Amino acid sequence: MRIALSWLTEFVDLHESPEELRPVLDDLGLVVEDIEYVGAGLEDVVVARIDEIKSIKGADRVRLVVVDAGSGPVEIVCGATNFVLGNHVPMAPVGAVLPGGFEIATRSMRGVTSNGMLCSARELGLSDDHLGLMVLDAIIDPVVGTPLLAALDIVPDVVFDITVEGNRPDAWSVEGVARDLATRFGRTLRPPELAVPDDTPSSDTFAGASIDDPDLCGRLTISVLRNVKVGPSPEWVARRVRSAGMRPISNVVDASNLVMLELGQPTHPYDATHVGQRTLRARRARSGERLLTLDGIERELATAGRGLGDTGEDCVIVDGDDHVLGLAGIMGGAASEISSSTTDVLLEAAYFDPMTIARSSKRHGLRSEASNRFERGVDPHLALRAAARYVAVLRESVPDLVWMGSPLDVWGEVPTPPTVEIRHGDIERLLGVEISHDEAAEILRGLNFSVTTRGEDLVVVPSTARLDVRTGAAGRADVIEEIARLYGYRRLPRRTPTWPEPGALSGRQRLRRRLRDVVVDLGATEAWTPTLGSDAEFDLLHPGVERVRITNPLAAEESVMRATLLTGLVRAWGRNVERGTGDVVLAEIGVVFAHPSTTSTSRATKGGIGGSVVLQLPYENERATVVLGRPDDDASSAVALWTTIHDRLGLADVVVRSVDGGPKGMHPTRCAALVDRASQAVLGFVGEVDRELVDAVVTTPPARRLGVLDIDLDALADPERATRRGEVALVPSRYPSAAIDLALVAPDGVHAADLAHELAGASELVEDVALFDVYRGASLPEGTRSLAYNVRFSAPDRTLGESEVSATRDLLIARAHALGAFLR
Amino acid sequence: MASSPLDNLAEQTAQLLATVAALANIEQLREEEPTITGKRSILSTLQKSLGVLAPEDRRDAGARLQEARRTVEAALEARRGELTSAARIRQLEVDRMDLGDVVVGAVRWPATVGHPSLVAVTQRELEDVFVAMGFTVSEGPEVESDWYNFEALNIPPAHPARGMWDTFYVELGEPETVVLRTHTSPTQIHLMESAVASNSLPIHAVMPGRCYRRDTPDARHLAAFHQVEGLVVDHGIAFSDLAGVIETFTRAYFGPDIESRLRPAFFPFTEPSAEFEVTCTICRGEGCRTCSQTGWIELGGCGMLDPAVFDAVGINGDEWSGFAFGFGIDRCAQMRHQIADMRALVENDTRFLRQFS
Repeated sequence: MRIALSWLTEFVDLHESPEELRPVLDDLGLVVEDIEYVGAGLEDVVVARIDEIKSIKGADRVRLVVVDAGSGPVEIVCGATNFVLGNHVPMAPVGAVLPGGFEIATRSMRGVTSNGMLCSARELGLSDDHLGLMVLDAIIDPVVGTPLLAALDIVPDVVFDITVEGNRPDAWSVEGVARDLATRFGRTLRPPELAVPDDTPSSDTFAGASIDDPDLCGRLTISVLRNVKVGPSPEWVARRVRSAGMRPISNVVDASNLVMLELGQPTHPYDATHVGQRTLRARRARSGERLLTLDGIERELATAGRGLGDTGEDCVIVDGDDHVLGLAGIMGGAASEISSSTTDVLLEAAYFDPMTIARSSKRHGLRSEASNRFERGVDPHLALRAAARYVAVLRESVPDLVWMGSPLDVWGEVPTPPTVEIRHGDIERLLGVEISHDEAAEILRGLNFSVTTRGEDLVVVPSTARLDVRTGAAGRADVIEEIARLYGYRRLPRRTPTWPEPGALSGRQRLRRRLRDVVVDLGATEAWTPTLGSDAEFDLLHPGVERVRITNPLAAEESVMRATLLTGLVRAWGRNVERGTGDVVLAEIGVVFAHPSTTSTSRATKGGIGGSVVLQLPYENERATVVLGRPDDDASSAVALWTTIHDRLGLADVVVRSVDGGPKGMHPTRCAALVDRASQAVLGFVGEVDRELVDAVVTTPPARRLGVLDIDLDALADPERATRRGEVALVPSRYPSAAIDLALVAPDGVHAADLAHELAGASELVEDVALFDVYRGASLPEGTRSLAYNVRFSAPDRTLGESEVSATRDLLIARAHALGAFLR
Repeated sequence: MASSPLDNLAEQTAQLLATVAALANIEQLREEEPTITGKRSILSTLQKSLGVLAPEDRRDAGARLQEARRTVEAALEARRGELTSAARIRQLEVDRMDLGDVVVGAVRWPATVGHPSLVAVTQRELEDVFVAMGFTVSEGPEVESDWYNFEALNIPPAHPARGMWDTFYVELGEPETVVLRTHTSPTQIHLMESAVASNSLPIHAVMPGRCYRRDTPDARHLAAFHQVEGLVVDHGIAFSDLAGVIETFTRAYFGPDIESRLRPAFFPFTEPSAEFEVTCTICRGEGCRTCSQTGWIELGGCGMLDPAVFDAVGINGDEWSGFAFGFGIDRCAQMRHQIADMRALVENDTRFLRQFS
């Protein structure tokens, strides 16, 4: 909201500078986004006429212009060309300081002297136009020598651009901001000049007003204004309206806007001759009704909205013939608009149910200055005061204006201000500081709250402008917030609380950190790929699968929630390949989503109005996916990475078990599941990226294998599924251990890790079994390979003898036999 | 009847189809494609020869030739599919590898370290500060119901306050009942609900996580972003405790010369509410472009928990009180590293990513 300082000072004395007021306004929660200094730096600029234009020898970009600014010819060098002889332009004489601090001095070049500067609108801070000089003949009837500010009717002023929070409809006006300042400074708030109704027959002899639906329209006042002459507004009215960023239209419309800006009450003037039976009525719109609003769009009314809780209700204003004249509180219709011939005006000032306005405004995509105020809640008691102000303003340009006596005033349902008790100690309990009840009461009275004392307690009834103040405990918080706000948040003390409970990360969080650390330490760079993708991208790995879809995406390519991290990572790798930085390992730890209809692990949760419905939400699966894209990477690198992670995370025994046709996107014959030996749970997959996926998302993929590791963090963090190493530490034998190598020829179906596990369990003397070589070759039977293990034996209480080692070795070979493996 | 260039079209077509059927592999197909349907094919030669025909015959002949071409092309495409799939099956068999046989000790592994994401690094630093201050860390889902994201936070359906968040809605349930969370506050509701259910108040927790706002990405905003919120519910907690926690955190994270201040604001779920600002880290409070010459940077929002929120989760507000705060993780990272354009965070350019450790 733009508020001129000159306007504020009509309501409250302010001798502070704008720079001093800024932090005060900020501290009141009225955040100053910007301060505009209207007319600053233009005090010395005058209107000059172009009398001569000469070229300068040797210069083709600038010319010498002779102007008259009322005191004889002045020569000025000028680079612009958008003017002709006789034009009037702004001239800054030598010594003038323009906005931004640029000081004009005499300058000589190419043998001529420039004695000032002819200015563009941008150089004067008046607009962004810098295509040439500001030619005044197009805007005004210029007189040579006049100060520019006078010529353009600019009165130097300061305009604050203030953001008003959603719970402060009362502050969305000059008077509201002034009230906060007056209370903070302990100064008097001056009321504006108000008119009183004239001594005429009462208004109901001329017009009518009624409310059909009191839940939608809480108050409808109609003021009958006669002898109206539509014309331009007085200059001060137009200037005020302009200072707020609005365009002056006519005295009747401008007065309405001025009152809204000043007091916060939107009003609507109707041409009485276009209102059937000169009667206005507020009611629910009926299905099938239509309205052509002032913006030229035909609106279909009372159609159910799509939004949650939107029943499709619209409140409309109709006339005595039941014609819809306007969407109440949002926008009027074209039919009853004020025209130049209007003489009788019905001025509506009303209170509408905020939620109804909010829903209608959202549903029709129609926001106006009025709807913005009504949907936050306008003081229901403000209507006739606003009308009185309206009449006072309009009367300046229409001295014969008649405001008929006893304005029509019909009431529906309006909120009653609650009574809030502030008990002794409440303020200290909430704020942590004692503010005396006297000081609190003074603050609240400044805000027009009524305050009485009952013993140690304060009994507070908020001003009718403060519809945000609730009842009970919530109301207490609302009132104490007002006390704190006016007292000053910066004056509140700070203390750091302590409590006996220790801070800590959860086991899962620690696990995730360790996982991230090991992956990064081993060379992975962490990426952040999009959660939202296209259908086509989703279909690459999950064709035809039901997906979690966004109702209102920013773009179709961002409408589906990802079901894998793999596609995004391969794409990110591809981009790096294009940049010549593709020799990387990329990792991401993130969530993938499964539609509730595709999973048995969907999440049931409360939703809908009042949380009364049970909703099935997607299964959110946290995964850690790594794509290994360096030149020599492949499935083996991925397995090596997993093995390191496995050891770093302290897992007991997870077997890399090849699967035929693993998850889509992985190489069908180079893919293994990570299977926990004890729980048989699958913790993820390891292998290579399917070349088909690479070709689909990378423009010019190098002929390179991409290793991949895809870990299910939900499984990994679950000790039931991911078995941890036991906590009991084994102290190794102090006697030397014996090592043997065993090369076993095993059928392809026998897993190397299973065989090692079998060997390790064959005797309690086995200390360790490690695979160190795998050999395939013609010398071996078809469908077999040689697995070479290094096996270490030891005993806790003795050095093993040769015969004991030999016997144990035989035992191991026998065990291997049982699995179909034999000594090579 | 005059002889036409297409007199032998049937036989020629049959011959081409036979050639297609005889293609043995995908390489051969690629090699011979130009002579089957391409520029050097009989079909193309015939096309050129149609010029000798009278115009009235030409159209009919052209149609016949097109028909033949379609037949041959369809056969070629079918064959291409068969051969590609055969080539793929063959390749997969060549590739087949028992990953259980990988001898890890023999895998060559370059000794280069990688880089964690800037968001992860920043989140960890923030978590560490809060853990040291006695907070636990909680997480929650990214898809939420309107109840958790809005209504339990005192933002009723169709309330204008919902407009404060540009919300992505998810196509599940009734319209606007399922959302991508617009803040991590729903996790606060989950936390309070479960603490009430398990009778395990107090709560001192921070909640980091990814959130979404339907906002066209620009240099300062991404549609997906990360936030950390804090929640304290305990006996005797007041606004001054909140201000103290913000102050302690600010100094611990940004440095001892960085101050914080609170100014009144509005959030439906807190009352009193405040925005908190910290000394501009670029100019150290002198005033610069980043802070619009004010010396302060707006970091986040906070306030005392609104009684309506306590009602929604079933906490007795006479016995317990509390506060909440929240701010952007990405924003902290942007401030600290003076990142001109936030979109660099999602472009995954390793030249950007490798700067963080």
